[in-house]
Amino acid sequence: MLIGHQPKPFLLSVEALTVSFDGFKAVNDLSFYVEENEIRVIIGPNGAGKTTVLDLICGKTKATSGSIEFRGKDLTKLKENQIVKAGVGRKFQTPSIYDDLTVFENLEISFPRGRSVFGALTFTRDAAVRDRVHEVAETIFLKDRLNMSAALLSHGQKQWLEIGMLLIQDPDLLMLDEPVAGMSVSERAKTAELLNRIIKDRSVLVIEHDMKFVEDIAHKVTVLHQGQILSEGTMEKVKNDPKVIEVYLGH
Amino acid sequence: MNDNRFATRSELLGILVLAVLLVVVLPLCLDVFRLNLVAKYLTYAFVALGLVMCWGYGGILSLGQGVFFGLGGYCMAMFLKLEASSVENTRIQSTPGIPDFMDWNQITALPLFWKPFHSLTFTIAAVILVPGIFALIIGAAMFKRRVGGTYFAIITQAVAAILTILIVGQQGYTGGINGMTDLRTLKGWDIRPDHAKVVLYFFEVSLLFACIVIAQLIRHSKLGRILVAMREQEDRVRFSGYSVANFKIFAFCVAAVFAAIGGAMFALNVGFMSPSFVGIVPSIEMVIYTAVGGRLSILGAVYGTLLVNFAKTSLSESFPELWLFGLGGLFIAVVLAFPNGLAGIWGDYVQPRIDRLIAARKPKSGAGWIDEPVADGAPAE
Repeated sequence: MLIGHQPKPFLLSVEALTVSFDGFKAVNDLSFYVEENEIRVIIGPNGAGKTTVLDLICGKTKATSGSIEFRGKDLTKLKENQIVKAGVGRKFQTPSIYDDLTVFENLEISFPRGRSVFGALTFTRDAAVRDRVHEVAETIFLKDRLNMSAALLSHGQKQWLEIGMLLIQDPDLLMLDEPVAGMSVSERAKTAELLNRIIKDRSVLVIEHDMKFVEDIAHKVTVLHQGQILSEGTMEKVKNDPKVIEVYLGH
Repeated sequence: MNDNRFATRSELLGILVLAVLLVVVLPLCLDVFRLNLVAKYLTYAFVALGLVMCWGYGGILSLGQGVFFGLGGYCMAMFLKLEASSVENTRIQSTPGIPDFMDWNQITALPLFWKPFHSLTFTIAAVILVPGIFALIIGAAMFKRRVGGTYFAIITQAVAAILTILIVGQQGYTGGINGMTDLRTLKGWDIRPDHAKVVLYFFEVSLLFACIVIAQLIRHSKLGRILVAMREQEDRVRFSGYSVANFKIFAFCVAAVFAAIGGAMFALNVGFMSPSFVGIVPSIEMVIYTAVGGRLSILGAVYGTLLVNFAKTSLSESFPELWLFGLGGLFIAVVLAFPNGLAGIWGDYVQPRIDRLIAARKPKSGAGWIDEPVADGAPAE
């Protein structure tokens, strides 16, 4: 049903997405579009369905209806690892890193090679892997901690490590769930700097509560409320939307 | 840095010490009867080794490893039984040339699925493939559906119970509750006299070391690190582009094949195979060996198996009723006080002292020991 030729297709098109948990619609008829190289921030009160949207895109939760199109592929029909291969990376809300492995090994596991059982058995740590791990470690401020057990990192460093694990995957769409939650002020500034550096050549979808941080990074903001879009646009526009002020910013 | 090496320096040393113990010390110190007991214990060490891979590293607790031990053992026992049931040996039966228990159960011809076990090559392949494929099927059915943890453990128990009932019930085909007894020769070579026991012991030890080497290779490959990663953050691994189910299936199959090799060696060393090594109780005992040895330690599994079995033999000789309570108590004590078993005690208390001694003697070379990978002594949850 191609009506007109689109000059620049969206990277991600979410259309009429609905998910219902025993009748409760956590996400209800949601549609939004993310362009190439765009930073989109999703905000909204607790229980608005923000994390569920990310779960749906990365395949953790299966949609009840609707479609998620990413680079011409319908993600609702793919398995989690196929979605990763298609180019979607996702960071979880609490830092999900491997405590029993070193920082180097944490990053190495995310290196996009040898992902099958046989591939993992025969994987060798060659120069390409080492260089890439060192390069990413430098970006995420953990260059001198590569041989340290990841369990010993601070909370902020763990968050960076997980962002680094996603960077090594080199996804076209990076999804971050509250990347600065629980961080100190200086860590937050560093994270904003980090995000601004890593968004080159990729789109980013961020969930965040910290308004100052959102203003710093967002190109466009989507406000969710009860599983639906309340408002969408630039931060300036959203901030002055009376509906948004009532349900979210006013509190 | 912990590279894709086969073993670190201290692990290599540990393997060497174990080799000296099993190849030199025990054969010199023990008489043939005791050495054959060690051989019997070591067959369980294969199972414990598999459990280290699947439970310790992969976090998949299987309470049904007896199934694979039994499948391997029965495959081997079928070959040996057929060889022992030659026409001359079974003249007095109403149907000569078939195993005695078939004759007792009014079976007059060798069942079809028994026929290939005339071939040793087929038997060796079956020892590996039957349990391997069975584990693949169970693993695929469970892990692809995301069944894990306690549910998986319960299902493996159920499988162990089912297989025991099946073996006991199909007496004419399996030998029933008595199992397959009176195994005599392997390709004409009598496995019963003392010198054969010694040869079989050394053959078994070399197989055990082959399995240890395979386990080490897996552990130090990226796959080994993915198993550890999966145990801690399954979702993170999944959303890093890995099919978690496939890795779990692999670990489970490796554990199954190790257990089956142990089972086959059991049939050879002990000279019989019975359903009492298949069911729930032996399966749980095998988990206890692993827990006592240290579920994260490949060598610990071997020591744990040997120690618990030595204790079992000596204690059950003097206090037959108390032994099971002792075993249960031991398991509880290990889980509560030493979650990493003997290997954990070694790593926490003994190794640091040795390191300090060495460091004190040679102040400069001491630094090399600190570089050992952190993952080795990592705490289990």
